[in-house]
This record gives sequence, structure tokens and C-alpha cells, in this order.
Amino acid sequence: MRRIISVLMENESGALSRVVGLFAQRGYNIDTLTVAPTEDPSLSRMTLVTHGNERVIEQITKQLNKLIEVVKLVDLTEGSHVERELLLIKVRATGAQREEVKRTVDIFRGQIVDVMPNAYTIQLTGTSDKLDAFIESVINATTIMEVVRSGVSGIARGEKTLAL
Amino acid sequence: MSNSDTSPELLSGGELLMRSLQEEGVEHIYGYPGGAVLHIYDALYRQDKIKHILVRHEQAATHMADAYARATGKAGVVLLTSGPGATNGVTGIATAHMDSIPMVVLTGQVMSWLIGDDAFQETDMLGISRPVVKHSMTVRDPMDIPIIIKKAFHIAQTGRPGPVLVDIPKDMTAPNGQFPFEYPDKIKMRSYNPVQRGHSGQIKKAVAELLQAKKPIIYAGGGVILGRASGELTELAKMLNFPVTNTLMGLGGYPATDRQSVGMLGMHGSYEANMAMHNADCILAVGARFDDRVTNAASKFCPHAKIIQIDIDPSSISKNVNVDIPIVGPVRSVLKEMIGMVQQSEANERANIDLWWKDITSWRGRNASAYRTDDSLLLKPQAVVEKLWELTNGDAYITSDVGQHQMFAAQYYKFDKPNRWINSGGLGTMGFGLPAAMGVKLNFPDSEVVCITGEGSIQMNIQELSTCKQYDLPVKILTLNNGYLGMVKQWQDLNYESRYSNIYLDSLPDFVKLAEAYGHVGIRIEKPSDLDGGLREALALKDRLVFLDVLVEPTEHVYPMQVPNGSMCDMLLSKTERT
Repeated sequence: MRRIISVLMENESGALSRVVGLFAQRGYNIDTLTVAPTEDPSLSRMTLVTHGNERVIEQITKQLNKLIEVVKLVDLTEGSHVERELLLIKVRATGAQREEVKRTVDIFRGQIVDVMPNAYTIQLTGTSDKLDAFIESVINATTIMEVVRSGVSGIARGEKTLAL
Repeated sequence: MSNSDTSPELLSGGELLMRSLQEEGVEHIYGYPGGAVLHIYDALYRQDKIKHILVRHEQAATHMADAYARATGKAGVVLLTSGPGATNGVTGIATAHMDSIPMVVLTGQVMSWLIGDDAFQETDMLGISRPVVKHSMTVRDPMDIPIIIKKAFHIAQTGRPGPVLVDIPKDMTAPNGQFPFEYPDKIKMRSYNPVQRGHSGQIKKAVAELLQAKKPIIYAGGGVILGRASGELTELAKMLNFPVTNTLMGLGGYPATDRQSVGMLGMHGSYEANMAMHNADCILAVGARFDDRVTNAASKFCPHAKIIQIDIDPSSISKNVNVDIPIVGPVRSVLKEMIGMVQQSEANERANIDLWWKDITSWRGRNASAYRTDDSLLLKPQAVVEKLWELTNGDAYITSDVGQHQMFAAQYYKFDKPNRWINSGGLGTMGFGLPAAMGVKLNFPDSEVVCITGEGSIQMNIQELSTCKQYDLPVKILTLNNGYLGMVKQWQDLNYESRYSNIYLDSLPDFVKLAEAYGHVGIRIEKPSDLDGGLREALALKDRLVFLDVLVEPTEHVYPMQVPNGSMCDMLLSKTERT
């Protein structure tokens, strides 16, 4: 079961290591992890993608809540939500490949953000699935030189907020 | 320093620390000096409210503070230097963490501008301790010391208690600092708000279930002791006439000599406790965490029972065993609410549990805790503990180490009061017993304090005999000496065809002479006929530390013993009997 857990926590040094340490110590999985300060610089917002059975997920949320720096958290996958991930990918692009890659980028509504004589750097946002699909498509058209993914950020739909 | 009433006095960081600890009512600090904490030790020297106990090894300081907390419920305070001083304390911090014991650990750190340079005696103590503390903080500005100390005590002592570590770079406590001292009365943390009471709807549901149960049992753990709820637990159990079993950590939470007590449960629990648990139709777990040493195979745990669990820590609920009615809250207030509801219930709402008591009485009748006394000229360790219980009127503080002696102590010393049984249950730390006894004795000088230990465990912190002399701590050390690491031997007997791999402690010191060398009294008890006299002699020496070296039967095993991967009631009852 894939879960997106969104955490509001004190923006203090050591807080991140406690979260990461908790996952290592208790044998939980981290698929992706993103963290940055919010509009209130004393708070950080973390989005964590993990997987496990129901009991494990319940323990993960409880153990995270137990960390002193964690203010609030929500399992976004329990309700409707928006999730986005950013992909930066550098691919070979020479000759006929250039047009083929450009077409694929357009189909996925990505952007070419840097152009070299024999390569493109492409930016694409979307769900993790969409990014996976893009990589699978582009790999048929050319050679991948480098992939950077941001990990998932998420937010609940509608009026629901995770705030103080 | 004189000041007008309006302007706060100006202090150094070290002084801020001392004043903050005084404000918390700290009487003793257990510690060991070194470079990074020299400023603090100087500030300590220049005040007279807090007394420092200089141990011989930092691990002992942590155990002393821990035992103080176990006996009083208040956080113990430890002061260690950076690097090896701090790392030597890690075992003690982990011990406290596993048993949810409030403790504030102050560790020195190299000067802030040297952090990360691999400076002399530098260790990333926040990193090393992270998995074994409730929380940790570092001082970045001397001005923050009072608020950090306030937070440390608040976090350590509220909710599910635990150790809090404060790392203090040396420059933060430098004597030239001039900072105002104001100690906060209260602390509010937006990210830390432990539950204050249980959900009344859940409590109501639980009480309805309890009243209808035909085979109920109360399973009470260390949370009852930590939550100061033994009075409420006893009252509720009496009202309902339910049997009560205590975990290793919960001993004394319900009076062991009471008719309704079925003793300890779990791996070395009593036959009647484990049978009652397995056959129960309703279990009320109070401040107990379904540890694997209690449940045996979780999948076979109490198949017929509805489980109600009261715990202050939501993460303890349904962690190992699925719970039907969870109640998150302080055990004391939840039990109080339950008592009120039971009082208001009608007699006809309550199920008759006479048949259940008949079952329990028949399990008791098997008298599985009896041990054989006929086949040996050597003392039985069980008999030694029973004799101690008798001679101390069951009223001593008993600390223990880890192994067979610990289980014999838990089984045969019947604790009627909470906070009297001081042992490392979760981590199972050998070397805990002696410093724990010291921590208790220091704070309860008029009480009898006995460390029940083995010849293996006692040697793990035996250097503290010296500290005992320096601070005049006349504890009694009862060493059940069988010449082997007895619990390991038992497992090697049962699971490894008696291949005794590295368990024989050859070349043991002469403990009597050793005690004498440290300035104490040593008594050796070699045969059953010497037991009564030897123990009486030791207990009569009120003002002296007495080291009792009691030679006991080396082939003895601890029974009952749950069979691995079985249910609660799959037990070996002796070397030849199995349930």
C-alpha cells in the first residue's frame, strides 16, 4: 500500500535526522522524501512517500506523531489530494532524435529548459506515475544521461489544510 | 551577588544551568567531570543546594539517576563530559528509554566552533543517542539554558516519560558570560501536548465489556507504576473481583500477596497467570505494551479474549497485538473514570465469575512455583530470595541485574507496594543492580535496599563499591553465585544440548575479601543451614555495606518457562514437565 504522509514540523536542526532515523531504526520504507520551510520560517513541511501494510502505516503515523518536533501530520492518501513531482532529465539529442524527443516532451507537456548541440535538459512535473511513463517513453527515443527527481509533494483537495 | 528587585541577576552559562536545576528541585546530580564540563563543575562547586555524586564509571551515574526516578517518579539528573564520558552513559540512557524512565542527561560538548573538526573528545552525542532518547537538544546560546532545561524536565516527566539529553558546548557555560536569569514557570510547546484524559465513550464501552466478561483478567504493566495508579488499579480490581497479573515492570502495582493476584505473567510468569491469560474472554491491559516476553507468539496470544488497552502512548496500542477497545490516556484518570462507572452500574449488569475463580483456584492448586529442595546440599536460589522476603517483611527496595537471579527475585519476592522493584526490564542491562541500589539508598537512607544479583552481573559495575564507601551507602548486595552465566546456561541446556559455550566464570575473585578491600563487610554463605543466620547478620549491620556471596545450586533452571513460538500457556514447568 503506497501512502503519502504530509508532516508539519518545527524547522529545527536535527528534526529531519530524527524522521530519517526513525524509519531506519524501525525498518520502515522511505520511497521519497521532500522537505522545505513554509511561509512561516519556524515550520517545515515534509512530504513522505512510504509503503507497507495497514498496521505498519498506522505505526509510522503514530511514531512520527511521537517525535517532539512534529506538530501535525496527515495521511493524504486517505482523502482526495493533489500530488506532484518534478523531474529534470538530461538526454542525448542528435539528428532525428531531436525531433522525436521534442514530440515526446510535448505529449507529456514538459519543457525543454536547456539546449545543447547534442543534448536536451527536460523539465516535467506530474504524478510519479506520469514521470515513470515519460522516462519509459523517452528511453525508446534516445539515451538518458542523467535523471533527477524531487520526490513527491502533496496537498489535500478542497478546504482541508494541514496548518497550525 | 546582590541585585535590586527589578533587574534580574546576571550569571554565566554554568550558573544559569545550576540555577535552573535548583528551580527544578534537583537534589543530586550523578556524574563524572572532564574537560568539556569543567565550567559546569566549577559552577556546581560554587553553590550548595545540589550535591554531586562522583561515580567510578559513567554508566553507573546513569543507572543511579534512573533508579532514583523509578523509586520517586521524578527525573534523575546525569552530568557527563563529552566523548567517552558521554558514550559510557549510552547503555544507561538506553536502559531508561526502554522502560520509559524520566531522566535528564547533560553532556558536555567541545567548543561550538570546533564541532565537526574531530576535536579532542568530540562525539556526535545527539546522533549517537537519537534512537534511545525521548528527545534531545543542543545549547546554541547560553541565554537559552533556562528554557532548554525547563523543556527537558517537562518532556522527560510528562506523557510517556523518558530520557532527554541536552548537549552543551563548552563555550556556552564559560564563566565570563553575563546573562539574566529568569526561570519560566510554565512551558507550552505547540508540537508536544500529551493526552490529559481518555475518551469517555471508549471508557464506557470498555466498562460495559468488563461487566459482562465471564473470564476477565487485568494485565497491569509498568505504566501503572509510572502513572502512580496502583491505588486506582487496586480499587477497580477489588470492586470487580477480577484476577490481576503484573508484568515484570509492573510488579508492586497490585499487591502480590493479595488473594486476587495471580503473580507475574510471561516467559517466566506463574502457571496460573499464563493459564488465566490464555483462557480469558476479556483482558484489561493497563499501562502494558504486549512485549514479546509477555505474549510469546503474538499470533497465538489469548485467542478467546476481547482486549481493552489503556495506554498514554498511542503507538503502544495495537503495536504487537490487535486491540478491540483502545483507550489513549493517563492510566490513573482512566481508571478513576472506570471506577465511577462501575460504582453506578447495577448488580444485575455484572456477570457471575465464580466459575472463573474455580478455574484459577485449580491452576493455583497445581502449585507450579514450588521448587525441589531435597536433592542438593547446595542452596536453592529461590529459597534465598524467599528468605530475604521473609526477613525484610516484604518491604525492602529490591534492585536486580539481569539473568536467573532477576527472575527468581521477580517470582519469589512478593511486592505489595509500587516503586519497590527496580530492574532493567526492557533492555535487560547487566550491571544495573548495584548503581540502582545506590541511587535508591541515597534518597531513602532509612529504607532497606538490597541488590539481588549474580556473580556475572555484579562484576559489570563492581567498581562502584568505591563510590558506596565515599558517600556512605550501606546497601546490601545479595549475589546468587553459581559460577555460571545462569540464564545463558539454561538456554544452552534447553536448546544446545548443554554445550556450555563461554559461560563458566573461572577465576572469580574472593568477593568477601574484595568487599573488605573496598572497606565494606563480606559474608559468604555456603550451605542451607547458614542462610538464615547470614542474612540476619547482614541486615543487622544497618550502617555497613554488606556483600553476601551466596553459593547456590548451579544446575537450577527458572521455571515456568514459556516454550518458544507457543501460546501463553505452552510452558515447561520443570526439567521434566510440560503443559
